[in-house]
Amino acid sequence: MTEEKRRLIDENGIRTDGRRWDELRPLKIEVGVVKNADGSALIEWGKNKIIAAVYGPKEMHPKHLELADRAFLKCRYHMAPFSVEERKNPAPSRREIEISKVIREALQPALFLEDYPRTAIQVYVEVLQSDGGSRVAGVTASALALADAGINMRDLVVGCAVGKVDGKVVLDLNDIEDKEGSGDMPFTFMPNLNQVTLLQMDGLFTLDEFKQAVELGKAGGMKVYQAQREALLKRYFDGAAPDSSAPAAEMMEA
Amino acid sequence: MVDIIRKQVIPGDVIVTGDYRPGSFVQRRGNDMVALRVGLAEVAQNGVKVIPLSGAYMPRAEDMVVGKVVNVTGYGWEADINSCFVGYLPGQFVFGRDFSPATHDLMTRFRVGDLLLAKIEAFDRTKDPQLSIRGPGLGKIPQGEIVRISPMKVPRLIGRKGYMINMIADLTACNVKVGQNGMIVVDGTPEGTEKAVAAINLVQEGAHMADLTARVQRLLGAPVTPEPAAEGDSGE
Repeated sequence: MTEEKRRLIDENGIRTDGRRWDELRPLKIEVGVVKNADGSALIEWGKNKIIAAVYGPKEMHPKHLELADRAFLKCRYHMAPFSVEERKNPAPSRREIEISKVIREALQPALFLEDYPRTAIQVYVEVLQSDGGSRVAGVTASALALADAGINMRDLVVGCAVGKVDGKVVLDLNDIEDKEGSGDMPFTFMPNLNQVTLLQMDGLFTLDEFKQAVELGKAGGMKVYQAQREALLKRYFDGAAPDSSAPAAEMMEA
Repeated sequence: MVDIIRKQVIPGDVIVTGDYRPGSFVQRRGNDMVALRVGLAEVAQNGVKVIPLSGAYMPRAEDMVVGKVVNVTGYGWEADINSCFVGYLPGQFVFGRDFSPATHDLMTRFRVGDLLLAKIEAFDRTKDPQLSIRGPGLGKIPQGEIVRISPMKVPRLIGRKGYMINMIADLTACNVKVGQNGMIVVDGTPEGTEKAVAAINLVQEGAHMADLTARVQRLLGAPVTPEPAAEGDSGE
């Protein structure tokens, strides 16, 4: 079946980009990159370069879609025409519409939407350069952008893809493994609450492989969470100790 | 003095475990006190709260806000109060109880574009915030320059017992009206206004810095004096 296909893991267990089965691609996260947005984050994960920007809570338009008891969460995942090797039509494709939906559903459990009735919160995920696992990278960046925008959250959301390559479960697929491998499983969760918010699966996994994949995804996700934490703390505290001399939150009349 | 422990937190962080009262932006999960926002957590004897470092303005009853009239309806005015909700000032609050749209002309008081210093009279989840201009100093702001800062930085701009804002106003000879929604109106001579705006922007950018008062004094060309001690710095 796979005898003519090229091997994605060599005899030493090294993958196409030189990683071992349980290693992540290089990861860099920065918070607060879009000045005009209320919150934003840039994630560079392998060859992925993704900007997430959050606007809101703001007045809901069109008015008839506003929800009386909570905020309307709107997500848009979009790939720039230059994000892939062959120009991509900028119009939203079937795939992008689907990913927008799953990103929204991956973020929603972490948000206190009921704290912002009748408003809209908009999340824009713009893929500038695409590699494997862009939806989980998008969720990871969006969670940071939402925290940066100051929206009440139960927890951050962090993601990591797992897949099956040459019959082996591996962490964090790159583009080649995603396309030529035999299965992939994007996976996002809330690390402190230990709750899964997104789990998709493409390809065939046995029950054992599935369990192994979830464990692997969780371990990988926790590493991503550390990077996420550091990025957010760097943006707000820049590694400095809490400033005890600054006045507290007391509101005082001018 | 009560011991207050401060901690940098992000959403989902456990601030402290134990029997505390969860305050603003804190949720109890079993025995854990969990932060819901990025900010500084304060653990006092009984309560835990988070002072958020980012976020939009959410109206609260009794807040003083600066608003800009964006619409005049038949029964009142709608004002942009730098929030996801539009502030509504009913005609009765301006003309009195015998207000009638047939006899009173709303346009004689405030027009679209006018600035107001108002108080949030009432706000709940179901209705837009209601404004009132009853109170000393409230009402139309005739002139001045608007500066917008993050609403989370307003307490720092005001300072302990209004120290920072009074200092900026005194040193620039400007009249400064601060809304808790992050909208500020500065009125004075052109030079004074320019200096006051620069000082306000400095506070916005350096709200976390320990020597902020000295920096502002240096910017305004005043002798550097230490800010009064935190003594008596208490309250809700």
